[in-house]
Amino acid sequence: MVEALNKALHEAMELDDRVVLLGEDVAKTGGVFRVTAGLLDKFGDARVVDTPLAESGIVGTAIGMSIYGLLPIVEIQFDAFVYPAFDQIIVHAARYAWRTNAELPATMVIRIPFGGGVRAPELHSDSPEAFFAHAPGLKVVCPTTPSDARDMLLAAIAHPDPVIFMEPKRIYRAGRQEVPEDSAVTLGSSNGAGAELLSTARVARAGEDLAIITYGATVPLCVEAAGVLERQRDIQARVVDLRSIYPLDVKAITSSAAACGRALVVHEAPRTAGMGAEISSLIHERVMLDLEAPVGRVTGFDVPFPQFANEEDYLPSVERIVAGANKVLDF
Amino acid sequence: MSAAEVLRVMGDGKSLEDRAVPEGLGEKDLLELFRWLVILRTFDERAVALQRQGRIGTYPLYWGEEGTQAGALYACQEGDWVFPTYRQNSIGILRGVPVATILGWIRGYGGPAGFYNPRDYRVAPICVPIATHLPHAVGLAWAAKIRNDGTASLAWFGDGATSEGDFHEAMNFASVFKVATVFFCVNNQWAISTPVTRQMATSTIAERAAAYNMPGIRVDGFDPIACWKATRDALERGRAGEGPTLIEAYCYRLGAHGTADDPKLYRDDAETERWRPLEPVGRMFAFLSRLGVLDESTAEGYQQEAKRMVADGVKQLESIEQPGQDVLFDYVYSSGPPWTFQEGLAELESMSRQPEVEPPTPSPGPNTGDVEFPREP
Ligand SMILES: Cc1ncc(C[n+]2csc(CCOP(=O)(O)OP(=O)(O)O)c2C)c(N)n1
Ligand SMILES: [Mg+2]
Repeated sequence: MVEALNKALHEAMELDDRVVLLGEDVAKTGGVFRVTAGLLDKFGDARVVDTPLAESGIVGTAIGMSIYGLLPIVEIQFDAFVYPAFDQIIVHAARYAWRTNAELPATMVIRIPFGGGVRAPELHSDSPEAFFAHAPGLKVVCPTTPSDARDMLLAAIAHPDPVIFMEPKRIYRAGRQEVPEDSAVTLGSSNGAGAELLSTARVARAGEDLAIITYGATVPLCVEAAGVLERQRDIQARVVDLRSIYPLDVKAITSSAAACGRALVVHEAPRTAGMGAEISSLIHERVMLDLEAPVGRVTGFDVPFPQFANEEDYLPSVERIVAGANKVLDF
Repeated sequence: MSAAEVLRVMGDGKSLEDRAVPEGLGEKDLLELFRWLVILRTFDERAVALQRQGRIGTYPLYWGEEGTQAGALYACQEGDWVFPTYRQNSIGILRGVPVATILGWIRGYGGPAGFYNPRDYRVAPICVPIATHLPHAVGLAWAAKIRNDGTASLAWFGDGATSEGDFHEAMNFASVFKVATVFFCVNNQWAISTPVTRQMATSTIAERAAAYNMPGIRVDGFDPIACWKATRDALERGRAGEGPTLIEAYCYRLGAHGTADDPKLYRDDAETERWRPLEPVGRMFAFLSRLGVLDESTAEGYQQEAKRMVADGVKQLESIEQPGQDVLFDYVYSSGPPWTFQEGLAELESMSRQPEVEPPTPSPGPNTGDVEFPREP
């Protein structure tokens, strides 16, 4: 996925000289995860910028650049370090369109490597997506495959509204995949070829007995759990990779739940007021009569992400997903 | 002294002259301060070795910054509070925090295996998010001022941290309310790969104090005695009701940012080597030898003692079992667990126990950050 994201950034900067990249340690070393590697050499230090260590300043100045007409891409070094920028994101990035009769949205992409499973110190493993989904004015997306990563990043750069681009760092290096070159994009307009990727889910595994709805690093785990369910009890689970966290692909969610009659939501973020609550509500409100069982949830717990020796206790495992599925299936 | 002048006591035995040991620091103090340096150095080197052996997690080493830590702490009174970052990860040992607890924290243990009660030691928890602890240090000294009890606070932070809003807000509060806080900035000239010249357009950090109407002092960060002197003066001012001080300990980050970082990607080794001879431990040994205060065998004794202390800590760490699953829930609220925790724990306990998560791959990776990846499948 890192290569795919890197490729998208190269493409975008090549295509449109309004694209600029801001962040901590993104230029000279290409970022702590190497997502921005090679960009400084190619596009120069006016467009690829190692900023001072100040997240609020980075996002705030990116908003100013956006007002001017540039297309800033911001890298937040780790999930929990977006919190100093929370104010700028919520009170300005999210509201600029509203405040300007939708004529001057704060067009920008805020890339956030997120989530646990990489044995990191405190505050390097958070899943803050629900905070952003809760703030009207933001789009929140999360690719899971390298191909989606490239296409969705290009689409996000092309998107007029500010996009919180969540990158599941645990699977940054997983599953190499050829990334197609052909899909054309026009930056700075909403009509890029990949635009629909920013609002539609993807079926990661077909099935008709149980809909498992998830996003990010838990997608491959859910696919694995689906394999277990097939072997153990001949159940075909459909795994829906949301891709878009806000807005949710309500059609894909409700039609999958209705078709299967049973649904399970899986995410790594804490449970209370997490995306699972919203997804479960949507299903119950809209297709309750098609359900054979209440929607289940397998999520992180309502606790701070633990110190890393215990991170496997926190993270939804295949076993926990299977157990959650069994509960819904056996209701 | 002008803002650009650097306070220094110890020479280097060559072109830099020795200056008089400041008043208030007797022979016993000098030896004790040196002993502290040796403890910190010993811990740091051992921690790097443990990381290389895969026994603890990614480790933010501080090789060369011992003087900024020991010098500043030695100037504090027992009741003063200190606020460390990841870079001062083991400062607590000098206040009695068990070595094993610090190592446990780096090993990825939560609960009592990795965290301590700050009130027992007047050492705040190790702060990972940059600059966010600075307002806490101010609030603590402000509270002490309200209660008129003479307690001061000291917070360490880096050159990079001065770019964050929290730094400026803390400086402003401290000067508006004239509280006894020492802002101890370790200017090691790097924030991961970003040089200090990218953090600010001023040529010193000390001069930023002017904007808050407080003194800004520059000291040689490789000189523990200078660090002590500046901190002692600042604490005295603070206790006298004259408000906060910003100290810029000018030095150089001689090691990597952390054990996952490869500085070759962004800086010239030759520059690091130019700074290395100024490192505090060897330099203070030589300085005290020139003064006739310290001899080889005494220094050797300190080293043996420090090695034993750290080795005992390592042994203790290895005897600690991985915290159980309840560690996730046990300490989130002091008031007792909400109902969601019982359900969470019940779910967890019905699963087979996940194996303990081992520290990450013990070699410097190509990444420049502070995370090392799991081995590729
Ligand atoms: C708010 C926040 N943003 C980013 C980071 C990631 N990070 C960890 S250390 C570091 C550099 C800090 O540099 P400096 O303040 O000079 O301290 P030093 O590491 O040199 O001791 C960065 C950017 C963080 N920990 N917290
Ligand atoms: Mg620094």
